[in-house]
Amino acid sequence: MSYTVLVFVKQVPDTQNITGEAMKPDGTVNRAALPAIFNPEDLNALELALQLKDRFGAKVIVGTMGPPAAAEVLRASLYRGADECILLTDRAFAGADTLATSYALSCCAKKYGKFDLVLCGRQAIDGDTAQVGPQLAEKLGLPQLAYVEEVLELGGGKIRIKRTIEGGYEVLEAPLPVLMTVIEGNHPRPMNAFRIMKYKRARTKSELARDHADANYTDAEFLAEEVENLAGRNLLIHEWSAGEVNAAPDRIGLAGSPTKVKTIQSVVLTGGEAKSVEPTDAGIGGLIHELIEDHTLG
Amino acid sequence: MTKKIGNVWVFIEQEGGRIADVSLELVCKGRELAARLGVKTEALLLGDRLGDCVDTLYAYGCDTVFLAEDKRLEPFTVLPFAKIIMGLIKEHKPNILMFGATYKGRELAPRVASEKLAGLTADCTDLRIDDFDDKVNKKMYTGKLMQIRPAFGGNIIATIVNTWDDPQMVTVREGVMKMDAPDASRAGRLVRVNVELDECDTVIKVIDRVRQDKSVNLGAAQIIVSGGYGVGSKDNFKLIYDLAETLGAEVGASRAAVDAGWINHDHQVGQTGVTVRPKLYIACGISGSVQHCAGMDDSKKIIAVNTDPEAPIFSIAHYGIVGDLNVVIPKMIAAFKAKA
Repeated sequence: MSYTVLVFVKQVPDTQNITGEAMKPDGTVNRAALPAIFNPEDLNALELALQLKDRFGAKVIVGTMGPPAAAEVLRASLYRGADECILLTDRAFAGADTLATSYALSCCAKKYGKFDLVLCGRQAIDGDTAQVGPQLAEKLGLPQLAYVEEVLELGGGKIRIKRTIEGGYEVLEAPLPVLMTVIEGNHPRPMNAFRIMKYKRARTKSELARDHADANYTDAEFLAEEVENLAGRNLLIHEWSAGEVNAAPDRIGLAGSPTKVKTIQSVVLTGGEAKSVEPTDAGIGGLIHELIEDHTLG
Repeated sequence: MTKKIGNVWVFIEQEGGRIADVSLELVCKGRELAARLGVKTEALLLGDRLGDCVDTLYAYGCDTVFLAEDKRLEPFTVLPFAKIIMGLIKEHKPNILMFGATYKGRELAPRVASEKLAGLTADCTDLRIDDFDDKVNKKMYTGKLMQIRPAFGGNIIATIVNTWDDPQMVTVREGVMKMDAPDASRAGRLVRVNVELDECDTVIKVIDRVRQDKSVNLGAAQIIVSGGYGVGSKDNFKLIYDLAETLGAEVGASRAAVDAGWINHDHQVGQTGVTVRPKLYIACGISGSVQHCAGMDDSKKIIAVNTDPEAPIFSIAHYGIVGDLNVVIPKMIAAFKAKA
């Protein structure tokens, strides 16, 4: 049998390589100055899904919630081996905390229909909270397996995995359907050149409309035909709004977020003036002597 | 009539009947918050045969211990724990609920928060009680928990407030809050919790479990010698170990060194590792990313050794040595051996 695997991913600002320009004078983050990347641990989740596809046969569907530009990580998923993609996008989703995000993703999963596995990266590098995975599991009424390193067995309606715990590992078994959060460790496969050639034309319906706006084709009927045409060639990225996934307006975006940001400060590393010590025998000998004298050492 | 404020709760993490340090740190912080609010500090202790832990929790300042004992609660699995905690929240309506930001805490807290529809803030580095004037929604909240955490890879510090119904939920990393000395004369109240679980709560089976206590206790170390990407290789980490051994120190590392596979994650200092405040921290070949500094800038004295005079680590160091660690470290070892 073939499994249906949903993978939820996120496009994130690259917080690992922040430069001075990334901070505005008022101390807030200038997202526009940061390159947008595929959240690294979500690539591990996608890789695990693709391994399940290779080993057991599976259809891999990748979903993301984000602005229209987030379609980029979906195309990157297609280049690696995903079968189908969903962009959950709507201004009403903006400002969501983890609770509102997990609710929106649960609506997306329910709209998709039947599935055997839901995979997420453990956490995203812009928030580092690791909350959306477990919250999504709860919203979908699924058991959860967190910090998964590898799938050992899959069959008979059950899955057996190895996962990291504090100071060691566990082998857990759970019935399907189940949600797993995946940690770093597997090596995400590179994009495949043939798939790039094919899927670089994959578009959401808004992207298609924009492409044709440039060419002065704005006729609705023509667009519908083009959408149909793309779908036929398996190049259509589904684009769903809040209404299309039946998300309750008071549960999404800012309205659906219990946590509010009161203040934000940029981090300014401060310290006293560092005392410069020469890297010579005399310099270092003097430093060690000083630290022994004031009982820091010895 | 003013609304009655609920108590401050701490989820107690234990392994084989040994309470995690982070849980005791949170009990101590919980006492401070509870005193400010005029409420009690209460512990949630789940597992099997944990009677011995209860007195320890009183000694650290818990007024009440909710004890749920059942063999299905050992070892830890997330679903039965979430169910029992959810039941207790509904019954007792706590104001604040804190978890250690450990593997278990970060898996359990969001599951509970999702079901309760409560706000949850991860990895808080400070907690305070204050008022919140929500100007956007024109609402004034008094006596709320200010949840302070680094965000955006540690480049900003955000203060977050939960504006929905209680509990206000947070996770806090180990070593961030200070642990006070226990007082064996303190007493508390034990509340035994009826453990009612359905089959659907125990669908996850633990087939095998291998763990050992951490190989290193950085939180308790007085002196830490840390190596970063500048160490250059796994073999060269021997230099760091040599200096540590000479000084009677523990070995730490930056994320870059851990990611490079030169040393295991137990040694990682920083936002995604351990927070430390030793009396001496020697940073060798560590550039000093915000993420790393967040985990060690409270150290009493910091020595930075780096070839790059512009490395940010020098801005928080007390002593800066611009030089090659391969030259500097042997000189330090020789100097200490000569003086001590």
